[in-house]
Amino acid sequence: MKKVLSGNEAFARAAYEAGVGVVSSYPGTPSTEITENVAHYKEIYTEWATNEKVGLEVAIGASLGGKRAMSCMKHVGLNVAADPLMTLSYTGVNAGLVVIVADDPNMYSSQNEQDSRHFARFGKVPMFEPCDSQEAKQFTKDGFALSEEYCTPVLVRSTTRISHVQTIVELEDRVEAPKFAPENNIAKWVMIPANARKKHRFVENRLELLKELAEGDKYNKITMRDKKIGVVCSGVAYTYVREAMPEASTLKLDLAWPLPMKKIAEFAASVDKMYVVEELDKFYETEIKAEGIAVEPLDRDLCGELSVDAVRELFGLLPVEADVDTTLPFRPPNMCPGCSHRGIFYAISRLKLFVTGDIGCYTLGLLPPLQAINTTVCMGASIGMAHGLDKATDDMSKKSVAVIGDSTFLHTGINSLVNTVYNQGHSTVVILDNTITGMTGHQPNAGSGKDIHGNPMPKIDFAAICKAVGVKEENIRVIDPFDVANAMEVLKEETSKPEPSVIITNKPCIFADRTVIEEPYFIHEDKCSGCRVCTKLGCPAIAWNASKRIALIDENLCTGCHLCIKVCKFGAIEQRSK
Amino acid sequence: MKLDILMVGVGGQGTVLSSNIVCDVALAAGYDVKKSEIHGMAQRGGSVVTHIRIGETVDSPTIPLKSADIVVSFERMEFLRYSEYISDNTTLILNTQMILPPSVADGAAEYPQSKVDSVKSKFSKVYEIDAISKAIELGNQKIAGMVVLGILAKSVPFAKEVWEQAVKDRVPPKTIELNLKAFDTGFNY
Repeated sequence: MKKVLSGNEAFARAAYEAGVGVVSSYPGTPSTEITENVAHYKEIYTEWATNEKVGLEVAIGASLGGKRAMSCMKHVGLNVAADPLMTLSYTGVNAGLVVIVADDPNMYSSQNEQDSRHFARFGKVPMFEPCDSQEAKQFTKDGFALSEEYCTPVLVRSTTRISHVQTIVELEDRVEAPKFAPENNIAKWVMIPANARKKHRFVENRLELLKELAEGDKYNKITMRDKKIGVVCSGVAYTYVREAMPEASTLKLDLAWPLPMKKIAEFAASVDKMYVVEELDKFYETEIKAEGIAVEPLDRDLCGELSVDAVRELFGLLPVEADVDTTLPFRPPNMCPGCSHRGIFYAISRLKLFVTGDIGCYTLGLLPPLQAINTTVCMGASIGMAHGLDKATDDMSKKSVAVIGDSTFLHTGINSLVNTVYNQGHSTVVILDNTITGMTGHQPNAGSGKDIHGNPMPKIDFAAICKAVGVKEENIRVIDPFDVANAMEVLKEETSKPEPSVIITNKPCIFADRTVIEEPYFIHEDKCSGCRVCTKLGCPAIAWNASKRIALIDENLCTGCHLCIKVCKFGAIEQRSK
Repeated sequence: MKLDILMVGVGGQGTVLSSNIVCDVALAAGYDVKKSEIHGMAQRGGSVVTHIRIGETVDSPTIPLKSADIVVSFERMEFLRYSEYISDNTTLILNTQMILPPSVADGAAEYPQSKVDSVKSKFSKVYEIDAISKAIELGNQKIAGMVVLGILAKSVPFAKEVWEQAVKDRVPPKTIELNLKAFDTGFNY
């Protein structure tokens, strides 16, 4: 049967068809829907891990235990999981293990534009690069068999234009994966130097065997068309090349690593000019040139994504002149109406605190009118950076806070808090506990009290964790983020203390708990003074009527969160009665 | 046959459901189809765009510049952001609903109505509909997207029965009748 599936649905389907037993991942755009879709297959044990490193380690354990296993993450997630990956390359696997890593060229929802192909070379492990959903499914399935045959973890690289693109896929049945007994093999699994030295040799030998696979008939097909131009390409870039230059000969790299250098040399010899078209870094080009094979130069931007038009332009094929109107009023992303982050950010912005921020919906606190985020680096960085800021300055700890979400705190924030306490820092950490991983589409986490399927689970007690790591009980404050006056008072008190403090907000994301939504508010035109305080909250439901010079509330958007009445000094805002 | 459809709107307007139905129809009609969308950071209230490409074989999942056959704008001004895709032969299907961008809502900028009017004239054919009002007449504001889809269905060469089956397969069972009524309203508009 044929079906239109997104790349992410196809990756999930591959896990099902390949007889996978365990999947453990941390959400991250554009990879999140892979694991969400795997969770629909009841044959597969699926979980949200606390971070990508944990997710991969769970997958390693599952492979050791004899079940095919998978872990999925965004590109920066693989940085977190890089530690286990690098040594997993040495140990190899028991049952097949595939890691799917989704890059984000053009950074639609990411903090950097790193190219994950480097991890394949770095870790000396094979990496597939599918060009559509059918290949996403096929290569991932192949990956499990290859993992077992070569005793290696297998990487599959996606990009936003693979994960979030739907194409036609031929569905197949689930097969029972080969049976593997749980393994107990000290020489293979205990990477002390004496064992690891032998395993490094094994890794180098394995890479040579994988090169033979790459040179074979199954992958990396050469298609000869016009001999004047030959293009080496992979992934979605292959589809752009095919459309922009249908006559060009192609060498399509299904395996991004290791590269089939003999085939590439043969291809180079059979065309007049050979080019490499790839997104982001000159990964293939650098390797091919290092082999002494001539590659024709292209003036390609290393930033952003390619397209049919971009490829046409590279080859001087009538670039289409098209005007883009950049003067239109923007629709920037914004915290939702009723968002539990808005009140505390308003309080922080009123106090003009310097904010070391983190990764999540609350990064949007950066935008006007709140403008209360000063740094964003990576998952968990807010707390460590606040501590460094404190140690480097005389009084910044009194004028700054670290802001981090519940899921991000559990991901990699908690260890930084231990560090702050241990090293006698003075910084104040605000944990925005909205009980959900919001930005990636509302996945449960260890603080949510439910698992990936929504079943009840133990709920992590943030205050108890902070106390256990040594934050004094009187410096741990649980507050209602909508109570702006109290939030400002507590922020002032805790930032003034020469000790570590933690402020925990206690209201859920409106998508985590729909029962918090109440009747909407409205503004009495005659009572509104036009002072515009409510519009400074940045709530999408509050607009400004310029002709009447009063504020107004869009009752279709308002969730009745009460925040605006807390700041209106004229009693002009009232709730609709039921 | 080659059919490139660009669907644009504002997060939360139901463009995803509509575009999924178009893909199902193309597959059922025996064509290759690819659909590309960007979601993530700018979901709620952000500008959203979906590329749908239908043909004997489709390579790139995104539509090249100046080659959209149909632009479906679920909001009155959103097609302006994608005017680089308009060719000399592009049809516009426009839902006239206005959703104010934040800078317009707080009075700092004006809604670009004059640009809407001038760019609209660049299309070879324009279908305009106040789909929200039609949907409210039918009893539920949420089915406005289905009215728009009905107009699109009228503009492309696939059998109506195929569309109806795709709608039935994609919407919640209890809402099938209402959705088909909305689809018909657009189809007969």
